[in-house]
Amino acid sequence: MSKRKVKETHMPVGECISQVQMILRERFCHQRLPEKPVGMESQHKHLLELLRRTAVHGESNSVLIVGPRGSGKTMLLNCVLRELLEVKDVNKNVLPVHLNGLLQTDDRIALKEITRQLNLENVVGDKVFGSFAENLAFLLEALKKGDRSSSRPVLFILDEFDLFAHHKNQTLLYNLLDVSQSAQAPVAVIGLTCRLDVLELLEKRVKSRFSHRQIHLLSSLSFIQYLDNVRSQLSLPQDFPDTNFYDEWNDGIKVRHFSSYPQLVDVLQRHYNSSKDFRSLHLLLMLALSRVSASKPAIKPTDLLEASRVCMVDSKANILHGLSILELCLIIAMKHLNDIYEGEPFNFQMVHNEFKKFLQRKSHSIHNFDKPVVIKAFEHLQQLELIKSMDSSTAKIQKEYQLMKLLLDHSQIMEALQKYPQCPTDVKQWAMSAFG
Amino acid sequence: MVRYFTRLRMRRIYKWGGRPYIFDRKLKSYGFEYLNMSVEGQEAVTTVTPGQYILIEGNDDEYPFVAKLLKFFGDESHKQKKALVQWFLRLSEVPQNKKLLLGRSPHPQEIFYYLGRACDNEINAESILGTVQHVPEDTPFPEPGTKDTLYVKLSWDTKAFNVLDPVLMQDTPASTPPKPALPLFPPCASPTATPVSRGPVRRALPTPDPTVMRRAGSVSDTRATMSAGKRSTLEAESIHSASKLSASKILSAKRRGSAADTPGVRKKLQLSPGKKMTRADVLCELLDEEMESEKVISLKLSSSVSHSLQHGCSLSPMRSGCKTPNGQRRFPWKLSSISLDRLSPTALGEQDLSRATTPSRRKESAMAIRKPALGVLAEEDSEDSPMQPIALTPRSKRKSAQLVSLRIRKQLNLLDNTQKLISDGDDDCFVPSKKDLQSSSDSEEETMVRKTRGRNGKASARTPCKTPSKKVCMVTPSTPRHATPSIPSRTVPARQPGNILEEARARLHVSSVPESLPCREQEFQDIYNFVESKVMDGTGGCMYISGVPGTGKTATIHEVIRCLQHASDMDEIPTFRFIEINGMKMTDPHQAYVQILQKLTDQKVTADHAAALLEKRFSNPAPKKETTVLLVDELDLLWTRKQNVMYNLFDWPTRRHARLVVLTIANTMDLPERIMINRVASRLGLTRMSFQPYSFKQLQQIITSRLNKVKAFEEDALQLVSRKVAALSGDARRCLDICRRATEICEHSTSHPSSAGLVRMNHVMEALDEMFSSSYITAIRCASLQEQLFLRAVIAEFRRLGLEEATFQQVFVQHRALSRVEGLQPISVSEGLAVCQRLGACRLLLLEASRLDMLQRVRLNVSQDDVLYALKAVRD
Repeated sequence: MSKRKVKETHMPVGECISQVQMILRERFCHQRLPEKPVGMESQHKHLLELLRRTAVHGESNSVLIVGPRGSGKTMLLNCVLRELLEVKDVNKNVLPVHLNGLLQTDDRIALKEITRQLNLENVVGDKVFGSFAENLAFLLEALKKGDRSSSRPVLFILDEFDLFAHHKNQTLLYNLLDVSQSAQAPVAVIGLTCRLDVLELLEKRVKSRFSHRQIHLLSSLSFIQYLDNVRSQLSLPQDFPDTNFYDEWNDGIKVRHFSSYPQLVDVLQRHYNSSKDFRSLHLLLMLALSRVSASKPAIKPTDLLEASRVCMVDSKANILHGLSILELCLIIAMKHLNDIYEGEPFNFQMVHNEFKKFLQRKSHSIHNFDKPVVIKAFEHLQQLELIKSMDSSTAKIQKEYQLMKLLLDHSQIMEALQKYPQCPTDVKQWAMSAFG
Repeated sequence: MVRYFTRLRMRRIYKWGGRPYIFDRKLKSYGFEYLNMSVEGQEAVTTVTPGQYILIEGNDDEYPFVAKLLKFFGDESHKQKKALVQWFLRLSEVPQNKKLLLGRSPHPQEIFYYLGRACDNEINAESILGTVQHVPEDTPFPEPGTKDTLYVKLSWDTKAFNVLDPVLMQDTPASTPPKPALPLFPPCASPTATPVSRGPVRRALPTPDPTVMRRAGSVSDTRATMSAGKRSTLEAESIHSASKLSASKILSAKRRGSAADTPGVRKKLQLSPGKKMTRADVLCELLDEEMESEKVISLKLSSSVSHSLQHGCSLSPMRSGCKTPNGQRRFPWKLSSISLDRLSPTALGEQDLSRATTPSRRKESAMAIRKPALGVLAEEDSEDSPMQPIALTPRSKRKSAQLVSLRIRKQLNLLDNTQKLISDGDDDCFVPSKKDLQSSSDSEEETMVRKTRGRNGKASARTPCKTPSKKVCMVTPSTPRHATPSIPSRTVPARQPGNILEEARARLHVSSVPESLPCREQEFQDIYNFVESKVMDGTGGCMYISGVPGTGKTATIHEVIRCLQHASDMDEIPTFRFIEINGMKMTDPHQAYVQILQKLTDQKVTADHAAALLEKRFSNPAPKKETTVLLVDELDLLWTRKQNVMYNLFDWPTRRHARLVVLTIANTMDLPERIMINRVASRLGLTRMSFQPYSFKQLQQIITSRLNKVKAFEEDALQLVSRKVAALSGDARRCLDICRRATEICEHSTSHPSSAGLVRMNHVMEALDEMFSSSYITAIRCASLQEQLFLRAVIAEFRRLGLEEATFQQVFVQHRALSRVEGLQPISVSEGLAVCQRLGACRLLLLEASRLDMLQRVRLNVSQDDVLYALKAVRD
């Protein structure tokens, strides 16, 4: 700090801003690893110890890291791996193999990928030779030949572990876990999953071979900690080139600024209530950050408010704003049908009748549409997935009589009507009336 | 040794030849002098006489059995043709676990004199495929290319490899050439396939008379075979073999004559029938004549028994990486030094040294070094004569190389004080280009050799090629076919456990093999008795073993096999072979065949072919068959719709000649009844055994025995673990894992890992908590406020509906109401759906597919009470 103060470098604001954008975007979008994982010290220690024993002592292990989405499973693992690989004699001794259940959708692909990453001798360049059976036999033979003290430990990292459990016979899992439980090459099988019931997915033989170590990442973050987190996420690192800008920026997100805007605290509280994970927070902060420019070189509470508004907005209500009056009328007709028949499905004919009744009785501003036009509007609603057909076989039944359901809540419709620009009053009244 | 008549699916016709003489009056059997063998549609006839080495049809087309024919006999009607044989074993027939006893890597062409008594030495004469060339024990191995010559060095008596007793080889009928008298090399030091160890070791060996160190190629036959050898047609082969046979007879007669005064001289006998000619083979033939003549001389030279002559090849193409004294870098043709060198011991040593340090392919260098020491005979072949240098080096493209070779040849010629017979001079028959054409049909090995040669830019077609080339192929695999499966080894060796807790942890790891298996004594005894009796009787049988995971099924069987193998080593029971397959470790049930066959014979074939080969193997009577014990783990995975894999596995043991014991393992006791159709279940039989889950006492005993006096646990702590596990599953793996975790917790609980004491109750409790406690409640407690609210809304909606299921829309109405009660701002539908999806991803809720949007149905994956309990604790 002192050293930098001596330098007192200054940069034009534009450059500072682009620096800030770069640093923070990397943090928010690129999942950059923090210095130290926060709020998961014990889990960190457990995992680090476990992997270190595999790397140093050649002890085979298996572990599952379980936590909801966005709770930092991958972050924790990557932090541990980074720390582990910093140790000199570990660095060259471990062979990490990364697999993802979404990419390696069956054992055949997974085996090829393992072989490729281990760079076994049936790999030439990037190509893996041999059939599925040969690959499996080859890998098993390779692992079997190894022993605890002389072969390099292999770290199998299985992202989306639960998806591997859906592979046929769970062959891959059985074999990996079997190796981890027998005197072969040392391996550590690390599974990452968000399913709490993942063990129930494992076949009994596979389950018996799993060591039943689970590291749970369940954040018990309080709101105060959450606010601290927001601040630390927004603050600039100490080695920021321009000191003045650094001070100004970091002052701008101090506590008093936050607390002086009760609205802001409310918004953050709402976010906190909705979800504690970092991904949604990053989304919010990203939106706020994008409002920072050279002319406005600081994050203001209003930016956060605006960002939050964008985040929280209801997607369906947004779609409703773009509908024509006719389509809106059909939606209202459907709403009334739902009220009358208590959520039973309806077909086009019913909606059309309801709509015609409305036209006959009340409408002055809406002129009579031809039936084909109404059908077109109805189909448009279906395309927008605001309504959904209930029958699977669409071909058999005539279009007008297909049973449909409305995928909108009443509150959404009412809200959309309130905000709809130049909505005719009689349509509004019709919507609010108890019965069509 | 490829593709005999069997391959061609020809019918062979066998006819007795010569006058029958009464062999056994009682049995009315007649002996015969020889057997004429012909292939249907072919005119050529192969005559097999007692004393010859023959190939006998076996399980394996590629490697038929080898034996020496002792006697022919048949019954009166001449319908039954029988033969008495002395068996020889190929290495592939030696049990896997005994192969190590050889102490070196075997030569592919090596066979062993069989001393065991387990095999019937009476065979059906019609199973004879042909004759084979055979070389006695003292000749070193030539390159593996010589496919039609087999080498005997050792005998095998089912327990160990022994030096072959020459008497055994000698007690043959008079029609065979004289047998070697003295084994030259102790078995362990005999040549190996590795170029590093091989050459030097062999040459450094003390021989009875080092001054007479002979080298000779395994040479055979007349020049006439040359052209025939290039063709692989059957016709050519049989003609060729006939001519060969006669030639060899003449030769052998000649040898007998010369051997009469020097009985100790070893000879090689060559009775090669029609076979495909490899390049080396041709070469051998080429060199044959000189050999013969040279032998005569050598016989004269060595007048005493102690002067043992070593025939055999030192024709080793040495790999070169170094400079020769001559300064020539490359020489495409290694002179096959069919040289009868009389070397002084020192010269010998020197030569060894040069080879050892510079394993060079170039003979020239060696020659150059040897020059001063070269004794009497540096016999050159005709090809070394300056007459036909071009023909000699047909492959060398480089002029300089040819020149060099020429020069060397001249030098060598000068060296030859006793240049014996220059062979007929028709060396030009030796045309490698033709060989090249043939090579496409060559065996794999041959191709491989060729490949390396091509890479090295050296072609040594003339040298009866030898192992090094193959070896090099292995070292630098160009194709994955030769890849060796292995995990790279680590630079720093793994650290050994430092303190008591680490020691305990290492011992408690499931992978560590305990000294003995406690608590399974009864099961062990039963399985042991079963397998032992089958092995003793030479019969087959099946056994089905069931038990929940982690009850020691596989471990017990491995223990049984260990003990049995020990017993067979101790000579208490006959040898047997153990093979293990695992249903989970194969991608498809039919792969079982492939794996079994590969473990039995090291062949890699497709599933269908493997099934056929196994079928043949287990259903045909074969001599020298030992019992196979097959362990089939995870049997239920081998289920197919037609169940043919299971059917075969259980059917083979019932065959008369199979000698197969099948032990199967699965988890459920009633598996045979549940998934097997009747014919399969019936073949499996009723020999069943079930492993009960461990009781807490047994678990405790297991841990104590594993810890083996390492004092790391409190007694009570151990008891707690074992009681807990026994109550839940009785899975020993689980028990060990918990104990291991407890040691970790114990270690972390103290500041200094060294000062950590015993694992106490609280550590064990913590470990048990970690492993057994459900995480749902913690997950609910840690969920965000909206998520908790949503769970409450779900329960409220369930109560309202009286059902355990509701749509999201219904729940969301409740949710909205609840948030008003709580004083929270109601969330939008999108947010509500996101909350719902998050809970669904954790599997706190079970959801329908999300495309149903608001209509997706929601269920709880936890009991309502748990949710309420967790939420109540939060609010308090």
